[in-house]
Amino acid sequence: MLGDAFNYLTTASNWTGEGGMLQLLVEQLLLTVTALVIAVAIGLPIALWLGHIGKGGFLAINISNVGRAVPTYAVLVLLSVGPIGTDDLGPYGRAGLATLIALVLFALPPIITNAYVGVREVDRDMVEASNGMGMRGGQLFRRVELPLAMPVIMTGVRLALVQVWATATIAALVAGPGLGNVIVAGFFNANYGKGLAGAFVVAVVAFVLEIAATGAEWLVKPAHLRAREMRRAASLGEDGDDPSGSDDASDLGSTVSV
Amino acid sequence: MTLLAEADIATDAAAYEPTCYARTTNEWFCGAYWDDRQAELIDATTQHIQITVSAVLLGLVIALPMAVAARRFPRLKVSILGLSTALYTIPSIALFPILVLFTGITMTTVIIGLALYSLTILVRNALTGLEGVPDDVRESATGLGYGATRMLFKIELPLALPVIMAGLRVATVSTVALVTVGALVSYGGLGELLKDGVETSFKAEIMAASLLCVLLALVFDVILLGIQWLLTPWSRSRAV
Repeated sequence: MLGDAFNYLTTASNWTGEGGMLQLLVEQLLLTVTALVIAVAIGLPIALWLGHIGKGGFLAINISNVGRAVPTYAVLVLLSVGPIGTDDLGPYGRAGLATLIALVLFALPPIITNAYVGVREVDRDMVEASNGMGMRGGQLFRRVELPLAMPVIMTGVRLALVQVWATATIAALVAGPGLGNVIVAGFFNANYGKGLAGAFVVAVVAFVLEIAATGAEWLVKPAHLRAREMRRAASLGEDGDDPSGSDDASDLGSTVSV
Repeated sequence: MTLLAEADIATDAAAYEPTCYARTTNEWFCGAYWDDRQAELIDATTQHIQITVSAVLLGLVIALPMAVAARRFPRLKVSILGLSTALYTIPSIALFPILVLFTGITMTTVIIGLALYSLTILVRNALTGLEGVPDDVRESATGLGYGATRMLFKIELPLALPVIMAGLRVATVSTVALVTVGALVSYGGLGELLKDGVETSFKAEIMAASLLCVLLALVFDVILLGIQWLLTPWSRSRAV
């Protein structure tokens, strides 16, 4: 089976042409990026605003738990057999619209929960200090809350990315688009080598996306947090202890003055 | 005689009257489907429960030692957390084929795959719970002559229980949802009905499987809440 998978992966014709793995890969990447962008565009403003005014916490926090309980497979099936149908949607392929809707639905919970929690967890003393400095509403949000919440917000986006990639692969179970087709076609036709080959490609891309997202997270992190993590990592190597004290206040202070 | 025959035909016709799940009247909600296919629904639900319970228990059995190890040896902490998180990155539908290499097209494949997924949440919460045990409590226990093992089972684990149970609830609920993907290797519980429903555009079957799946997640959550309530009498009396 491993040999079959290797053969499938090393045969050029399996990658190129109509329905080849390259086309499916591009299709699935396109779906993933589109869904993530839509989910960020819808979810972030709502969650950030709720976090800023401090309302709707119950909903924002529990939406993630509800999201986890809903089977992605069932939602994909309900949408494609139901009102949305399995018509082609441009570059998104078969059942493109149903798949996109499902992907956005499953990307929203982690984005909303993390953005809300990120803004709420900004030290209240910081907010008061900023108020004391004369900052109000939008200014406070832009210059204090948003920068400080950024790491948590980005973690939410990264979690959503992982979720979307996984859900996009499952779409093939309902005759949808993407690389999942290679896995499903392989397994439903007892061509296990092919199925395993598809699984390898999906898993490798998942890791690449995760690493890229972690890198992006690192880049948007405020400089002082980056420096602190490096210090922490360095000292962890020496004595295995976590020296990070509760010097948050001073660290956060530098952000406000920037 | 002819009258009787005619009456027979009439009842036959009534028996073959298209019900709400016939090809021509493919409805989402159909009581007749639930009655007629009861055996099938029960079988699928039973398999779903069996896979969920086995996977979560296996996950817990692996996660607890990992968390204890990460707590005892801080050097291992980053690798243990990293490993359990990395597993979650692989989509389930890609993880099952890889496991098929080792365990074949069996229920074991689905159980192991889902157990690996549950590690992400279970290890993290168990570790958070253990780290939350106050140092002075641990010191008092040492003063009372508790050894490492007895301390773990009598002091640390019970105090970490609420956080561990919270993780267990999240892991169980996610597992219930993910079992359906096991349909790829023919052990998907209610996912089998979803697979069949897609192939035949059978709306009543799809709706029944989806509803049962969400209901199952809810029931599991309530049961685990109950278990937590029974296991932590001290937090109960404080609340009252």
